[in-house]
Amino acid sequence: MTTRYSFGGDEHIFVEVDEEMSLEAFFKSLSITNAVRESRIEGVTEICPANASYQIKFDPDVIGPDDLLAKLKSLESAAGESEAVLETRVIEVPVYYNDPWTHETLMRFRERHQDPDGTDLDYAARINNFNSVDAFIAAHSGAPWFVTMVGFVAGLPFMYQMADRPHQIEVPKYLRPRTDTPKLTVGYGGCFSCIYSVRGAGGYQMFGITPMPIFDPKQETSYLRDFMVFFKPGDIVKFKPIDRATYDKDVAEVEAGRFTPLVRDFTFSLKAFQNDIDGTNAKIGEALHGH
Amino acid sequence: MAINVISPGLATSVQDLGRPGYYHLGIPISGGMDRYALRAANMLAGNDEAAAVLEAVFMGPELAFTQDATVAVTGADLPPKLDGEARESWTSFAVKAGQVLSFDYLKGGARAYIAVSGGIDVPLALGSRSTYTLGALGGLDGRNLLAGDVLPLGAGTAAAEGRSVPAKLRRLPGAQAELRAMPGLYWHRITEASGRRFFEDTWKVALEADRIGYRFRDGRPLEFVERTPPFGAGSDPSNIVDSCYPYGSIQVPGGTEPIVLHRDAVSGGGYFMVGTVISADMDFIGQLQPHTPTKFVSVDMAAALAARHDRQAMLNEIRAMLA
Repeated sequence: MTTRYSFGGDEHIFVEVDEEMSLEAFFKSLSITNAVRESRIEGVTEICPANASYQIKFDPDVIGPDDLLAKLKSLESAAGESEAVLETRVIEVPVYYNDPWTHETLMRFRERHQDPDGTDLDYAARINNFNSVDAFIAAHSGAPWFVTMVGFVAGLPFMYQMADRPHQIEVPKYLRPRTDTPKLTVGYGGCFSCIYSVRGAGGYQMFGITPMPIFDPKQETSYLRDFMVFFKPGDIVKFKPIDRATYDKDVAEVEAGRFTPLVRDFTFSLKAFQNDIDGTNAKIGEALHGH
Repeated sequence: MAINVISPGLATSVQDLGRPGYYHLGIPISGGMDRYALRAANMLAGNDEAAAVLEAVFMGPELAFTQDATVAVTGADLPPKLDGEARESWTSFAVKAGQVLSFDYLKGGARAYIAVSGGIDVPLALGSRSTYTLGALGGLDGRNLLAGDVLPLGAGTAAAEGRSVPAKLRRLPGAQAELRAMPGLYWHRITEASGRRFFEDTWKVALEADRIGYRFRDGRPLEFVERTPPFGAGSDPSNIVDSCYPYGSIQVPGGTEPIVLHRDAVSGGGYFMVGTVISADMDFIGQLQPHTPTKFVSVDMAAALAARHDRQAMLNEIRAMLA
C-alpha cells in the first residue's frame, strides 16, 4: 500500500490509500478519518472515508493547505500503528433476488448490456464460474459485507464482501449507464455490491430488491426517525434471500410502521478476520441468529 | 403572508448557502450555484447574506405578492418586471401586496437570484433550506417550484429601495469562458501530451449542464497511460476503485467528455478525475449557458488562493457599500 496525496483544488485534500481495493486499505482509510474527526482540526468541514481512499474538505482561509497536509501525514503514521478493531453493528438485509421489477428494468435497457440475450444474474453467474444462478445467489448472500463507503447519492452504501480474493465476485458495469433503476435495487459493479437508495440513473448490474428503505428524507420510516440515512461506513451487512410472499409481507410491515431491521452489536478485529475468515463470518451469523 | 407562484419558470428552486457536513453520506452541500450573486441579492434586500432565495434557471417565474416587501434580482441578466414595468437588476425595489413580479427573456448568464426581504421561509432540513432534488430534500417538498405553490416569507424589515451594486462588482461571463483548474487527483493517468491538449483545446458547454455537474464536449479525447487494472477498479482505463469526488473535480468518463461537479455533486464514484476547478471560479460555472466556448486554464495552489482572496475582496466591497 502506497498512500498518495493530492490537492483537489484549494478546498480539498484527496488521499488514495491504495490503488486497489482491499479490506486493509479500507480499514486504514476509516482509522485515519476517525483520527481526523477526533482531532477536531479547525477549518475542516467534511471528512469522507471511501473504499480505499478518503477526502477532506477544508476552508483555506482558516487552515493553510500545506499545514493540513502535514497534519494528515502525521495522522497516517499514527494510524498505521494502532490495532484495527472496530466496534460496529451487523445488519440483516432481506433481498428478493430475481424480482420482477429489476427484471423489467434490465430487459428495458438490454441493448446497453454486455449480454443482451440473458439477465444480469445469468451473466454475473457465468463470468464468475458458477454453475447456476442459485449457486451465485448462495455466494452473494453467503459471506457478509463491509459497508466501505456511503455516497454517490444520498445514503447509498458500497459494500465489499468479507471473502478472500479468489472468492470475490467481480462484474463490469453496464456498457452505457441506464437512465432508470428501481429504488432499493441491490446492484453490483467492480467488486462492490450496492443498494440504490433512490430511483434514478445507474450502471451497476441488478440482482434483486430489498423491501427495507435505507434513506427517508421525510423521516417517516420507523427506524429512520432519528436520522434519514441508515448506513454508515464500517457497518457489516448480511443479505438474507427472501421469496415474493415474504417481500410483500415486509413491504406491508414497512408501510404500517412495524418493520424493524435485525441489528446486533459486533466487535470486528481485522487481525482475527485475516487469520480465520470463515470463523469470523460464522460469529457474525451467530451474532444475528444465535447458535 | 407569502408569495403565490403563478408560473414556476423552467427550474426554479429555493437555495441558501447549503448544508455542509453530510457529504460523507452522499448528501451534497447544495445551495446557490452562484453564491456571490446570492449573497449580493440578500444584502440588497436587507437580509442576512445566507437567507434562502429563489434560483431561477434560464427563465424567470411569475410571482404574486400578498404582502409588501423589498426585492432584489442578481446573477444572470434576466430583467425583472413589476406589474409589467421594467425594474433594474442588482438594485433593490419595493413590491406592494397584490403586485406581480415577472421577468423578461434571458439576456446573459444562466441563473438569476431573487431575494425577498425576510427570506423564503421553508422549513430547515439538516440545517439548510436548500433544495436537493435528487434526494427530495429541503426547499419546498424537496423539489423545484410548481404553479400554485405558496412560498412562506420570514419576518424581516423591508430595506430601502434603490440600493445598488455598481457595474464593476457584477459578475457575468462573456462570449467565452475560462475556468482555472489545478491538475491533480488522477492526472498521472493521462500522457503528458494529452495533458497539454486538455488545456489547449476549446471545449463547449454541453446540454447536460445542471446543479449536479456541467459537461463539456468538442475537445480531443484523452490518451491514457497503460496499466494493469487495479483490483476492484474495472477494466476501462478511466475507471478507478470508487472514491470521493471533490466539488469542482473534473471527471472524464471514457476519456471523452469532462464533467465538472457542482453544488449537488454525486459524492463519489468510479471515474478518474484530471483535476479540480478552483473555488474562485465555481460561481462562474453556474452562469455558463450551453454551447459557451470554454478553456480550462492550469493554475497552482498559490494562484488559486490569490484568486479566492480577490473574490472575497469584491464581496467585502459590496458589504462595505451596503452595510
